[in-house]
Amino acid sequence: MSALANLAPRPAPRPTAPTALVERDFAVPDIRCAGCISKLEQGLVRDSRIHTARVNFTEKRVHLSCAADAQMPELLGAFTSLGFEAHPIGDGPREIDADAANSRELLRAVAVAGFAMMNIMLLSVSVWSGAAGVTRDLFHWLSAMIALPTIAYAGRPFFRSAWRAVSHGTTNMDVPISIGVTLATALSLYETATHGPHAYFDSAVMLLFFLLCGRWLDSVMRDRARGGVTALLRNMGTGAMVFESDGSTRWVDATELDPGMVMLVAAGERLAADGVIVAGASRIDLSLLTGESAPQQAALDDVVHAGTLNLETPIRVRVTAAGTDTAIADIARLMGEASQGKSRYVRIADRAAKLYAPAVHALALLAFAGWMLAGAGWHDALLIAVAVLIITCPCALGLAVPAAQIVAAGALMKVGVLIKDGSALERLAEVDRALIDKTGTLTLGRPVVSNLSEIGLEHRALLLALARASRHPLSAALTRDLGAEKIVAADVTNVQETPGFGVEAEWQGHVVTLGRPQSGDAGTELVSELAIDMHPVATVRFADALRPDAVEAIAALDRLGIDAMILSGDRATAVAPVARTLGLTAMTGMSPQDKLATISRHSGAGHKVLMIGDGLNDGPALAAGHASMAPGSASDVGKNASDCIFMGDRLMPVVDTIRMARRTQAIVRQNFALAIGYNVVAVPLAFAGLVTPLVAALAMSGSSLIVVSNALRLKRALK
Amino acid sequence: MNGLLVLIPIALLLGLLGLAAFFWSLKRGQFDDMDGAALRIFVDDEEDKAVQP
Repeated sequence: MSALANLAPRPAPRPTAPTALVERDFAVPDIRCAGCISKLEQGLVRDSRIHTARVNFTEKRVHLSCAADAQMPELLGAFTSLGFEAHPIGDGPREIDADAANSRELLRAVAVAGFAMMNIMLLSVSVWSGAAGVTRDLFHWLSAMIALPTIAYAGRPFFRSAWRAVSHGTTNMDVPISIGVTLATALSLYETATHGPHAYFDSAVMLLFFLLCGRWLDSVMRDRARGGVTALLRNMGTGAMVFESDGSTRWVDATELDPGMVMLVAAGERLAADGVIVAGASRIDLSLLTGESAPQQAALDDVVHAGTLNLETPIRVRVTAAGTDTAIADIARLMGEASQGKSRYVRIADRAAKLYAPAVHALALLAFAGWMLAGAGWHDALLIAVAVLIITCPCALGLAVPAAQIVAAGALMKVGVLIKDGSALERLAEVDRALIDKTGTLTLGRPVVSNLSEIGLEHRALLLALARASRHPLSAALTRDLGAEKIVAADVTNVQETPGFGVEAEWQGHVVTLGRPQSGDAGTELVSELAIDMHPVATVRFADALRPDAVEAIAALDRLGIDAMILSGDRATAVAPVARTLGLTAMTGMSPQDKLATISRHSGAGHKVLMIGDGLNDGPALAAGHASMAPGSASDVGKNASDCIFMGDRLMPVVDTIRMARRTQAIVRQNFALAIGYNVVAVPLAFAGLVTPLVAALAMSGSSLIVVSNALRLKRALK
Repeated sequence: MNGLLVLIPIALLLGLLGLAAFFWSLKRGQFDDMDGAALRIFVDDEEDKAVQP
């Protein structure tokens, strides 16, 4: 591909445009290889409105600087002509940038601590190998000069969080860390000033370094998932073509739509706001809003909702409510209330800290008091207490959880599952009941040709030739399914698409058409018809098919000890066949409130509920479930509300994820056991006053290495 | 001892140089797209103007 792009003529250097440039970001989920990068970067700038284009492969984004008058559909068209589907990313989510800035700051702290640790270690090694007198003092002073600014800079995340906890009257991991580091530094300064033999600068900085690594890993994990999720959010920053008073049309962002505007919604486009149809009639796909699989007829004066998909003909809709006033906003309010339960979940590291922190403080105090009573001076007693604090500081604990979780998240990302954060993995490991939405979750949620085998080969070739000329959703389904069968398209000429009617072309002197059946309405079924010279020759039926491995996935869930159940907003007649095939019980015709109530009933009975769903109507349930998953094809609300997202047509990743989550939890527990075992050995040594800075350095780095290598075993857990 | 007075500042300076280089590359956005950077080696004739953030 890159070779092709290079053969193409290079764009002539453009004179600098006098118009101002604007920066825009697009999510392009299909960037897969180096070829895509060069194709996009070199292809996009050939458009005169686009000045520069830069691909971010990790986040599957393209950053454009383009002329201020370039309209959104034209820019999207530039992507389409290169064969990529792009979705505008609004510049709204500021807190996302704050997150990225946070992890960058952590990385800076890691770098500073790492640098200081290495230099202090260099000096410490010479002290340990026998430097004495003036040389030792010089080295200690040098260490202090490096350590003090480092601790002041790199220790801030811990000091801040410890202060927050203490001022709220609670305690967390960061409290013993902060006390340990501060005390060790203060004591080492005193030792240095009085020409003492031991200074703990290296231990204090090393402790910060390892703990910062853990923090940073945790934030990298959230960043990565966030990048993946933003790339998937399609409705962010969408908008509509709106009629001006003089009859021309103009692209308006969804946030700037006002009641009273008339928008033109093309076939295959999602509505950006609630409204009333003022011209045209079409069928509307409500599946993301209500879970109903059959499209609904909508004609003049009918109310249509934001987030629904216009299937057939272009319609004009007068906006009645936009932005926060839409029906979606109600669901968002329900979600806000439902997600409160989830925020009460306490992460395993914090639960451990609750027991650990008081124990550490008690031990250090005990050591100090014990040695004072035993007759040692306050100086020696304090030295031993600091050694106990340093040795017990949760260095391994701080790494144990994030290291295991980031390895697990990385392995899952390779199989197409995005985990939003570490706590999601912990909660997923605990689920024992799965409530699953039907449309779009158990099924593919898009039309699939159901009677392909009944259609002759020649007609299939014709169908492909016509269908691929159209962007209608049913045509797209036909193109995909026929393409998968490796059909070669027939040779047709003069292809024309008439919106609302179909595609027409010439083939061997005949007029061939693909469109709505001439016999009129086909009930609730989705049907198109191929006709040659106006004679119908083949009828193509579409249905929403089950995911290919749904049966196996449900069986595998059962083997994991998870009871599954269908929770659908669709009618009972539509759900029954699915439930029968999968052997599941089902609840049908449920509103978002009903789903929410079912979840609280199950969790009230002591179950940990995993909610799997895709629609807007599943949003509150996804937010309320103990853990939740959504397919990559889900609505933005669904994707935002869920803990993890699985891509592709298969349902098996759900099972893999739960298995991985349980495995991760097992590793985390092993790591805790290792850390405790290490303390059992090291604490008596510290009590006995045997822990010199050298022993502390060895113990700390040793236990951290063990914990990290144990976590790395998860890499192979999915194979 | 005299050797130390020369060598220690050199060691610190080199370390600081590395740290400064890392900060510089972080600020220039070289860590923003790690997977992409690995793939860009396959892209021929990349023009310098594209590197500007």
